[in-house]
Amino acid sequence: MQIYLPIAEISVNIFLILGLGGGVGFLSGLFGVGGGFLITPLLIFYGIPPAVSVATAANQIVASSVSGVFAHWKRGNVDLKMGLVLLGGGIVGSTVGVWVFAWLRSLGQIDLVISLCYVIFLGIIGGMMLFEATRAIFRTRRRGGPIRRSKKHQHSFIHGLPFKMRFYRSGLYISALLPLAIGFFVGMLTALMGVGGGFVMVPAMIYLLGMPTGVVIGTSLFQIIFVTANVTFLQSVQTQTVDVALAILLLIGGVIGAQFGAQFGSRLKAEHLRALLGLLVLSVCLKLLFDLVIEPKDLYSIMPGDL
Amino acid sequence: MSVSMRILMAPILTVALTLALPILALGITAKKASADPLVVDLSNHLVAITTGFTGTKVLLFGAVENEGDVIVTVRGPDQDMVVRRKERKIGIWVNSESARYKNVPSYYASASNRPIDTIAPQDVLIDYRIGLQNQRFVAESDLTDDDQNVYREALVRNMQTAGLFGERPAKISFLSNQLFRTDIHFPANTPTGTYTINVYLVRSGKIVGVKTTPLVVSKTGISAEVYEFAHRYSALYGIIAVIIAVIAGWIASVAFRKR
Repeated sequence: MQIYLPIAEISVNIFLILGLGGGVGFLSGLFGVGGGFLITPLLIFYGIPPAVSVATAANQIVASSVSGVFAHWKRGNVDLKMGLVLLGGGIVGSTVGVWVFAWLRSLGQIDLVISLCYVIFLGIIGGMMLFEATRAIFRTRRRGGPIRRSKKHQHSFIHGLPFKMRFYRSGLYISALLPLAIGFFVGMLTALMGVGGGFVMVPAMIYLLGMPTGVVIGTSLFQIIFVTANVTFLQSVQTQTVDVALAILLLIGGVIGAQFGAQFGSRLKAEHLRALLGLLVLSVCLKLLFDLVIEPKDLYSIMPGDL
Repeated sequence: MSVSMRILMAPILTVALTLALPILALGITAKKASADPLVVDLSNHLVAITTGFTGTKVLLFGAVENEGDVIVTVRGPDQDMVVRRKERKIGIWVNSESARYKNVPSYYASASNRPIDTIAPQDVLIDYRIGLQNQRFVAESDLTDDDQNVYREALVRNMQTAGLFGERPAKISFLSNQLFRTDIHFPANTPTGTYTINVYLVRSGKIVGVKTTPLVVSKTGISAEVYEFAHRYSALYGIIAVIIAVIAGWIASVAFRKR
């Protein structure tokens, strides 16, 4: 059954979009990730204009983050103060990002930049995940014991920065500049790539800020809600590329898929999951890279000039 | 009329009109035989893009007083177009040079009862801008003559790939010496706006009659309202999009809490 998307201005198969949302929802439930970094490229592969894919994915991530944050909030796994500082950076970063997005679009380079960002980030993250997971798999096999954690307080240049703040929930006394910068950077990614940015923020919070792992997911979800909401709003105003109909279809599929994914995921080992996710991320990265490198069928492309 | 009613009605109407066409046309020719050498009408003057729209066709029918050749051109609303060329830079294909074209029809199709170049000489076709090759696309940017041609071809080729420029003229069939009909096809991505349909009556290489009839392509139903709203009240649209997402996320977390 075909449905005409009002903003994307094309007809799509309704079951295919539901299935896409469901499949990515399943994976996000399985791996405990947001899934924005999969949904945006898949929408682009399907033929949705990249600009619409990115803006609509941001809208869909608002919903998936809201549904995820409640459980963490109840268990007290949200460092509100840290979340707000990250959010401050995130709002500025995403606002700048939307502006850069509109500028690149007028130059005709937005598709390239979206693809390049994906290739770079998916390549790095997928590669690291796969490497780390396979090492963990072999280590547990050899020693049969868990991996030792690194020391909590490592002193580096980070502790010399000014504007120190105390974050009680995370047990940290660090400069506010660092979470602000992380928030800014991830906000830019949200605007340009249509991702929540959890895959960048979570490692940054653990390794750069030294936050306890218990509060990391809840805090990142908390700030992702507001940053993606900001991007949804700004893209609506500036580029009119948020397709609510598409977002709702993805949402329905995603919510149902995530439930099955979470149940299925509890049967697999964590490092096996990470290795699988790493492989998945790398294959999406390679597909995008392949499309950039092979000679396109037509070297010329057209676009209405009134944009 | 509801959307579903309209979808049901459309084929019925087309069939009814097809049946009514010979009677209708005969009636008109009988009455106005001496006054009007060319009579034309459409099965539908409005193409409605509804939520289930996957493309459609409109029947054009008419009658000529005496024998003659007929050419039909369909031109969508004009728009500016940018054509970009990709070049390989550090291994990847990047948009580099571009050319801007003004007043490019967003849709163009033609039809004739036999090959157009056998109906009328080239200079007549150029004068009336009949056929894709006789459209005046001139790039605003400074281009060499070679590039001018390459970009022009790229523009036409891309529009054809998108299904918005007809690959070749469609066939007009004569039901008798006087009655003719042809189908105009509109793809799923048909741009909205007012289309101009010109019907030319040609006798011995000269255009002896022209009829112009408009056709409106517009979005109707929910998708039209959403589009209108998103463009007119974009800030409110953004806020509503966020609220919908928040509510949906909240419902999801409540619905699946006890699993």
